[in-house]
Amino acid sequence: MIRALATAVALAMTGPARAEIGITPVPSPGGVTAWLYEARTVPILTIEASFQGGSALDPAGAEGVARLMTALLDQGSGDLDATGFAEAREDLAARIGFSASRDEVKVSVTMLAEKRDATIDLVRAALLSPRFDTEAVERVRRRTLSSIRRSETEPRSVAGLAFRSAAFAGHPYGRPLDGTIESVSALDAAALRGAHAAAFARDRLRVAVVGAISPDELGPVLDRLFGALPASGPALPDVASPVMSGQTTVIALDIPQSVVTFGHGGIARSDPDFVAAVVLDHVLGGGGFSSRLMREMREVRGLTYGVRTNLAPGDFGSLYTGSFSTANARLAEAIGLVRAEWARMSETGVTEAELTQAKRYLTGEYPLRFDGNARIAGQLLGLQTAGLDIGYVNIRNDLVQAVTAQDVARVARRLLRPELLTMVVVGKPEGLAAGN
Amino acid sequence: MPMRHTLPALVLLPLMHAPAAAQVGPGVSSFTLDNGLMVVVIADHRAPVVTQMIWYRVGSADEPQGQSGIAHFLEHLMFKATETLEDGEFSRIVSENGGSDNAFTSTDYTAYYQRIASDRLELVMAMEADRMVNLDPSAAGVLSERDVVLEERRQVVESAPGGPFGEARRAALYLNHPYGRPVIGWEHEIAQFDRDMAMAFYARHYSPNNAVLMIAGDVERTDVEALATRHFGPIPASTAVAPRLRPQEPPHRAARRIEMRDARVREPLVVRSYLAPQRLSGDQHAAAALAILADVLGGSGTTSVMARDLVLGDGVALDASASYSATGLDVQSFGVHVTPRPGVSLAQAEAAMDATIARFIVEGPDPAQLARVKGRIRASEIYALDDQSRRARRIGAALTSGLTLEDVAQWPELLDAVTGEEVRAAAASVFRPENSVTGWLAAPDAESGEVGQ
Repeated sequence: MIRALATAVALAMTGPARAEIGITPVPSPGGVTAWLYEARTVPILTIEASFQGGSALDPAGAEGVARLMTALLDQGSGDLDATGFAEAREDLAARIGFSASRDEVKVSVTMLAEKRDATIDLVRAALLSPRFDTEAVERVRRRTLSSIRRSETEPRSVAGLAFRSAAFAGHPYGRPLDGTIESVSALDAAALRGAHAAAFARDRLRVAVVGAISPDELGPVLDRLFGALPASGPALPDVASPVMSGQTTVIALDIPQSVVTFGHGGIARSDPDFVAAVVLDHVLGGGGFSSRLMREMREVRGLTYGVRTNLAPGDFGSLYTGSFSTANARLAEAIGLVRAEWARMSETGVTEAELTQAKRYLTGEYPLRFDGNARIAGQLLGLQTAGLDIGYVNIRNDLVQAVTAQDVARVARRLLRPELLTMVVVGKPEGLAAGN
Repeated sequence: MPMRHTLPALVLLPLMHAPAAAQVGPGVSSFTLDNGLMVVVIADHRAPVVTQMIWYRVGSADEPQGQSGIAHFLEHLMFKATETLEDGEFSRIVSENGGSDNAFTSTDYTAYYQRIASDRLELVMAMEADRMVNLDPSAAGVLSERDVVLEERRQVVESAPGGPFGEARRAALYLNHPYGRPVIGWEHEIAQFDRDMAMAFYARHYSPNNAVLMIAGDVERTDVEALATRHFGPIPASTAVAPRLRPQEPPHRAARRIEMRDARVREPLVVRSYLAPQRLSGDQHAAAALAILADVLGGSGTTSVMARDLVLGDGVALDASASYSATGLDVQSFGVHVTPRPGVSLAQAEAAMDATIARFIVEGPDPAQLARVKGRIRASEIYALDDQSRRARRIGAALTSGLTLEDVAQWPELLDAVTGEEVRAAAASVFRPENSVTGWLAAPDAESGEVGQ
């Protein structure tokens, strides 16, 4: 079954052969719609659901509440305390996860098909009636505070947080997802219940289902899981444009390497030029060992173990960022290389050879994302959160193939702004002129 | 095929077949080429995707004294030039064909893999066969790669106190066995590597009779046989491959303690490691009991013995867990880890951990919890069928750590058969102070035994 899907995607890559693939939109009687891919080779069922909002809905002063709330969903619900819930989950051998990220709260469930109904009931209880028992709240809070304290000396976390808080000052995107010592210490049961009420609503829900279930069976399952949630959620944040200084900032930390986060504003997923930007990013720094930055910094000069860029489109603001680390003594050279490659790409775009190589990779890699139930479910949910059509898997590689060098050059001029390229350095760098 | 690569024309060689492989799981079969290359096929036709992995029976514990990290350094160099490919061309060809590739090194093995559309299998197999014997990196490429590895070490080991702390604990645990050295190598020894050292190690260890080829995904066994015979078959077996006899541990008489202070530590930590037997071919019972012990004692943040005793309610810890590395050529380790909650000292946390262990050695596991742990393990065998790369990885690690496909096939049944009394007895036998290293990680200003955080 998966074979049909992945083969169809692979065929789409070559153009003319366009197989009809079996992703079905399944509307439940209660009005929840899931994208279903039925696959019965392995007797398991995966449900991936997301609710738009996530940590971006954390009220000012209550940073971290979405994360603390989701961490507590499997720590007691209905008649079960934390231990009871965990034992029930183990009895079912189910994998149940809740998480909050910048834009969404996610529910990930993989179950044995034979344990479906009982597993659904357990997830439903966690979603609808979490207990937020004092013991569990305090225990998970202690652990969260510990993790926040630990991240204070983790160079990557420090650099990433400083970069975002500067880029999105005053916007939810500028706040730490885990919260601060002060904000997490102050969260009480009312704040957690408020975050729970804000996070889960049917108009914010997207669902992908892969595995051993038919459309007829799925409808009632969707209603059982999500039907009792409120119809609509609270207002979402405004979309922000990041403010970038173009400067290099150093945060002192006594480590043998400097860790760098760099970047500036990005491109929205809904932008018509997004696919061209993906091609650009692949050539510049997103393409692993074959990218320009990796070649110049790692292959040729041995400056770093790895450098990578990342289109980071968000529902409420987008960045184009990257990161690397290098010996303190070689930081100035490394930063100079990043700035030079940024300027070169912005001025001249990609060569025809680079364009061809990038397209071969991007189109060839796409069907590889569909080689297992869990991976397909992740893809189907990702398409929905990106606002894409259910038929996108059929046309995605055509969109990549249609990108021209002129398209990339146009996007490069628009997206890459060397004068705004901002760097946050954590470490003990040598020979770095202020403002670099 | 965008490569300039020639090997002798197809020679059909007789194949030895290993029938027992079918029991390892659906779609699994194996055969061995005349030159000693073992090939394992995991047919999974759900998607037109294939994972090729080649596992060499060489890891950091096989390195010459004074060259710690040379196995991992060679792994990096394997992406450099061969007689027919330029530096970096291997990965570029994989990438241009929509695939991804990488490699990893451990104490007992070095493995390389590609994930790619299944109709490109021959392309990557030809290149993998090529670099088994034709590696030819430039001197300049070797030196720049040495810098890359030094940066990797700074990033992966030195950037957080947990890295050097782990190295110090390992060095203290193994009195004589090379497992005491870090896989990535000590910095001062990496800094001395050159092309000759790497190529000598390559010549000694890289050959068909010291490797296992794993092909997982949308393939037929007969096609894999033909391809492997065509591309790997012509490579002669090496006479340089020797039995892997490493210096073994003497009896341990003295419990060891180490204490590391680092200004970056925000959350102190106590970890104890005990020497523990590994899975032995044909005799995996002791390891199976230890694997269940790790799960029962500290495999869950809520239901494990350590979680109930040390974390839930008024427990002394933020986190408490147990770990056991079952698969390895020589003696392995069993670890217990506790992060004290604020206001609790490392000494208090350690005392509470010891009390839990002592009680468990007397009482053994709760039967209901043992049953749940086993249910979870049975289910994980089903879930594993959804991930062809992981299946390949599990088998590859076992086959390069002294185990056979039969051992791999028996492992789930052995886990399922472990009794509560066997778990208790495993605890009694592994938790011997003289076999242990206790490590404290703390900030410089905290007094020993004083309140953490």
